[in-house]
Amino acid sequence: MTEPLLSVRNLTVEFPTRRGVLTAVQDISFDIMPGEVLGVVGESGAGKSMTGSAIMGLIDRPGRIAQGEVILQGRRIDNLPDAEMRKIRGRKIGMIFQDPLTSLNPLYRISEQLIETIRTHLPLSEAQARKKAIGLLDDVGIPDASRRIDDYPHQFSGGMRQRVVIALALCAGPDLVIADEPTTALDVSVQAQIIDVMKRLCAENGASIMLVTHDMGVIAETADRVAVMYAGRIAEIGPVRDVIKDAQHPYSSGLMGAIPRLGANLDRLTQIPGSMPRLSAIPRGCAFNPRCPHVMDKCHIDQPQAVQTAPGRRVACWLYPPQDGTGANTERQSAQ
Amino acid sequence: MENRKLVKDIPAEDLIVPVRAQGRLARALDSDIFYSWRTSPVTVVATFVALSLILLAVFAPLIAPYNPFNPASLNLMDGFTPPASTGAFTDNYFLMGADNQGRDVLSTIMYGSRVSLFVGILATLFAMTLGVSLGLIAGYNGGTIDAVIMRVTDIQLSFPAILIALLIFGIARGLIPANQQESMAVWVLILAIGLSNWAQFARTVRGATMVERQKDYVSAARIMGVHPILILLRHVLPNVLGPVLVIGTISLALAIIEEATLSFLGVGVPPTQPSLGTLIRIGQQFLFSGEWWILFFPAVTLIALALSVNLLGDWLRDALNPKLR
Amino acid sequence: MLAFIIRRLAQSVVVMLFVALIAFVVFRYVGDPIASMVGVDTRLEDQEIMRERLGLNDSVIVQFLRFIGNAMQGEFGISYRLQQPVTELILSRLPATIELALVSATIALVFGVIFGVYTALRPKAWSSAGIMALSLVGVSLPTFLIGIGLIYIFAVELGWLPSFGRGDVVDLGWWRTGFLTESGLKSLILPAITLSLFQLTLIMRLVRAEMLEVLRTEYIRFAKARGLSQRAINFGHALKNTMVPVITITGLQLGSVIAFAIVTETVFQWPGVGSLFIVSVQVVDVPVMAAYLMFIALVFVLINLVVDILYYVVDPRLRVDGGAGK
Repeated sequence: MTEPLLSVRNLTVEFPTRRGVLTAVQDISFDIMPGEVLGVVGESGAGKSMTGSAIMGLIDRPGRIAQGEVILQGRRIDNLPDAEMRKIRGRKIGMIFQDPLTSLNPLYRISEQLIETIRTHLPLSEAQARKKAIGLLDDVGIPDASRRIDDYPHQFSGGMRQRVVIALALCAGPDLVIADEPTTALDVSVQAQIIDVMKRLCAENGASIMLVTHDMGVIAETADRVAVMYAGRIAEIGPVRDVIKDAQHPYSSGLMGAIPRLGANLDRLTQIPGSMPRLSAIPRGCAFNPRCPHVMDKCHIDQPQAVQTAPGRRVACWLYPPQDGTGANTERQSAQ
Repeated sequence: MENRKLVKDIPAEDLIVPVRAQGRLARALDSDIFYSWRTSPVTVVATFVALSLILLAVFAPLIAPYNPFNPASLNLMDGFTPPASTGAFTDNYFLMGADNQGRDVLSTIMYGSRVSLFVGILATLFAMTLGVSLGLIAGYNGGTIDAVIMRVTDIQLSFPAILIALLIFGIARGLIPANQQESMAVWVLILAIGLSNWAQFARTVRGATMVERQKDYVSAARIMGVHPILILLRHVLPNVLGPVLVIGTISLALAIIEEATLSFLGVGVPPTQPSLGTLIRIGQQFLFSGEWWILFFPAVTLIALALSVNLLGDWLRDALNPKLR
Repeated sequence: MLAFIIRRLAQSVVVMLFVALIAFVVFRYVGDPIASMVGVDTRLEDQEIMRERLGLNDSVIVQFLRFIGNAMQGEFGISYRLQQPVTELILSRLPATIELALVSATIALVFGVIFGVYTALRPKAWSSAGIMALSLVGVSLPTFLIGIGLIYIFAVELGWLPSFGRGDVVDLGWWRTGFLTESGLKSLILPAITLSLFQLTLIMRLVRAEMLEVLRTEYIRFAKARGLSQRAINFGHALKNTMVPVITITGLQLGSVIAFAIVTETVFQWPGVGSLFIVSVQVVDVPVMAAYLMFIALVFVLINLVVDILYYVVDPRLRVDGGAGK
């Protein structure tokens, strides 16, 4: 088996406040293989975006990585000085932001932003960088790229701007692209196109994608594996098909029940009752316990640890107690 | 506790809406705001200084060592007595010295702060009432009324307050008969300062009102035929209280400075009823000849007053607006 | 671009007309122009003749139009106090005020932007906290006290700089400048600093607030995520975006330097239009008040126009699509 491109080990992100420390991301671990698309799904506030920011080393103060490691191509990057980290951002890991309307600097031409980024990372002349930039815009599907490159962001539509954002994120040839809700702010009609462009370009360059979204439908179509996050933790991680077909964590099965499916004989989509707790009010034990249909006494006391239930699949739920654990349960059958 | 969204920035609308109802205001007062007050030593000191100065001014007639405006209690011969010494002809003790007319500087300061604060507070309240009303009207009605009010606000805001106040003062002086000018001076000053400071209130309130007007519950109330004034008072006003309070505090500091400046320029209150600015104007004449205390103590008082109020305003703005921290 | 400027010009004209109306009302209805011009013993019939000759019996609209017509030719009547044409008075004092305002504005702008950027980039540093604290003191210090304090230190105690007046001036025929003599330059230092401090703190706080705001935006995060250098982000991306709103407000602030000069000129006995105005207010010299109002309005309108054009140059979003692309 090849070595993972990115390994996140026991990552914890904290925000100290005067009312105590908020844990936005708690003890999460996952790998991304070269060329793989990992979907990260969950409600807003589940810590998906924060995980992306943590990998990039872009957590806003006073937040900080309290624990854990981020390893890129065998090299630990979470503790690099900023100057070193800057050589990784854009060059090794590209990032696509949610809202194309706000992620481009309105006062600079597209060409200026692209050329600046390219020349920051690659030893190209102005003219060479411009040529490369035009090529990139072509690749992301901007018609008449050689002319449009000198336009300002406001002269593009939302979908076109997101293409520009993708070009910017990919312009230095990163090995990993973190896409943080790349289609959420877009019209439904262009969402699929944007995902296609992103996926095609990354496949061509052999880049992996970490696709952060709350849209399980996008994940189902795009990702190879999926990590389901809830209240700062990974509830379940595994191959997309398996998780969709046979969700093990009660939260993910609730989430899957909310995907509309053609031909499914359902009167209505299932819905998970209640809402995710605030970071400041996460219940003791399993964070999902107030909403869980299978809640047990143990869930109110201890946090479940991630357990491997099948090759490449892990789930953190007391329905799947650790092999040497004591939490016998009788409801396991009914969970499936 | 639950309106804390530390993790990511808070959208701009939330900043104008720190208060939804009295319940939340009360809760905020006993938690976040009080906490940030308690943990900011500068603010605590500023509060203390401002309160002491206000109390000294309010109770001046009771606690001032002398009544500087009672001719019987002062002697011209005591003029220019240095600080912390006894007058040459009376056995009056002058902690901060005596001015050219033998008046106790400490007492004139206490009486002077009274005038300064009276003018400053009334002018600010006047500006606040005017600005908030116009802002509500403009924001709620929109259309032509809004356009006209905002145009006037723009023009007003682009001219410095002091200039507008001077003009209003000049006009009033031309209109009021000479024999009433002295007695009317304070009111003219309040009018002038108030009229030069309302625009900021109007602009802020108008913005918040427009945001609020878009909300569904306001539309619903409108459709149900609730009277606009009731909607404004019940739904919109509570949401703009925070910013209005902040602007009000900062305006108070500005108004105090403005009054002092006008009085210093000789167009403010009459010398028979001196404010801090008048005292500084008087003291300035003696600075070069070495009687520094006549200027120094009123100046320090004015700065302390303006600075402490400004600090309070600054703190209040940060406390109500976590984003700026 | 042209349409934009024409629209702005039209708006400026409206503002000027509005101010002219106020000036006219002041001019015409504050006090009795005739009473101010004649002695107590002038006979009523003579007063009536003057009234007729000055057109004070015409309809208000005719009078207003005449006022505007005169104003456009720079004609504002005779000062009650000095018995000189108002326009001449103002023009003779204008150079002093403009030189003072220019120097102050430059000081305020340069140091305001530098300090503002510095404190925004190092929000947690000790030095920033110090600068911010000083700026709050600066806002709370009335201009006249700053002036008095500077006079006391540098003129009375140290004796380095003159405490009042403009020093020697050189008459260039159309302009009397203090820039060309040593005493003129020395005299300028204290008033210019005094006048600049308030604007300086305002500009600094504004730049700081805007810059902090910009540094929080998504495009700055995206720029960071692309690995751009700190320098490129701070001074390329953030500073330029900061300047867009700063230009407007700063421009207007600089305009108010001229108006604020009233106080500074009084403290330093600076022979400019501000001190002329303050005396006019004290003695209700209405023609001077009206003319000064119009003058200030003109300054503001001109500055506004320049600011708008600058804004237009800096922010491509204001330009109509089609300039660069299709």
